[in-house]
Amino acid sequence: MSADYAHGLQAPRAEETTRQTARVRAVLAIGPLTVAAGIAWAVVQPWRLTLLHPHGQGVWWLIAEPQLYVVAVGLLFRFVVARGLVEDLERDEE
Amino acid sequence: MILAGIEPRAEFVHWWFATGFLVLGLALYAEVVVGPEVWARRPWRRYLWPGMCFLMGVLMWPVMAFYTNSMIHMVAHGSWAQVLMLAGAAELGLVRGKLHSPYWRLLTAAGLAVSGTALLVHEQNGWFFERAAFLHHTLGWLVIGAASFPLLQAFRPRSIVAASGFATTFVVMAVLLYCDRDLAPVFGHLSTFAGVPHR
Repeated sequence: MSADYAHGLQAPRAEETTRQTARVRAVLAIGPLTVAAGIAWAVVQPWRLTLLHPHGQGVWWLIAEPQLYVVAVGLLFRFVVARGLVEDLERDEE
Repeated sequence: MILAGIEPRAEFVHWWFATGFLVLGLALYAEVVVGPEVWARRPWRRYLWPGMCFLMGVLMWPVMAFYTNSMIHMVAHGSWAQVLMLAGAAELGLVRGKLHSPYWRLLTAAGLAVSGTALLVHEQNGWFFERAAFLHHTLGWLVIGAASFPLLQAFRPRSIVAASGFATTFVVMAVLLYCDRDLAPVFGHLSTFAGVPHR
């Protein structure tokens, strides 16, 4: 087997690995980005977070915390969806 | 009316639906990134979108029952519940292997078209009446436009553009629903007939 031919065989595999690593990174980034969005929203509009000023608020106002919902979704995605998905992606790479 | 004191405000319900849509949007984005084969490797992931679609259809029934301000609200929410359940059931059938034709995805397109129409029809006020009115109009047209994505997927199931557009639709819907308030101005506009903003 010539060196040129062998190099030609290896090149697509390296390219494919790089692309799949980018896919892993993208999947792992979705959760933290969502968490960051929720935190940023809480910082920009703290008055929407009723837990910061709970006195005199009804039960629904204490349950309805939209910024925390966004953070929870990000965490849920990171630890429930992304973890298994990355395992499957890495198995796919092998 | 008896429940008026204990039932959650409409904005809270919108935020809960927004959370569901956000979960769906992120999952659909992830599916676009990894591809349908890797996504389908675990059964529960395959059932996530169809199951959530069906569940949201089921949850629209209590919305219809408890948030019926008028006949048009009841018809809009009821038809919305039916098409979401129908689309979810078709997608469940496809995932389970009971249904085979990709044209069953046309029901999802129909579900979105009916959902968008329901949003527009049951909003009786103009765009700048108050924030909820603006969001209903925006969401309505967004969802009607987004029906083109599953329509495209029915004919080109592996289209990245259609899958990405479909995922983006849910994330944008979540953002818009999170913006909802029962009574708040929109871009500085608030009709004098809307009432007093509460927050």
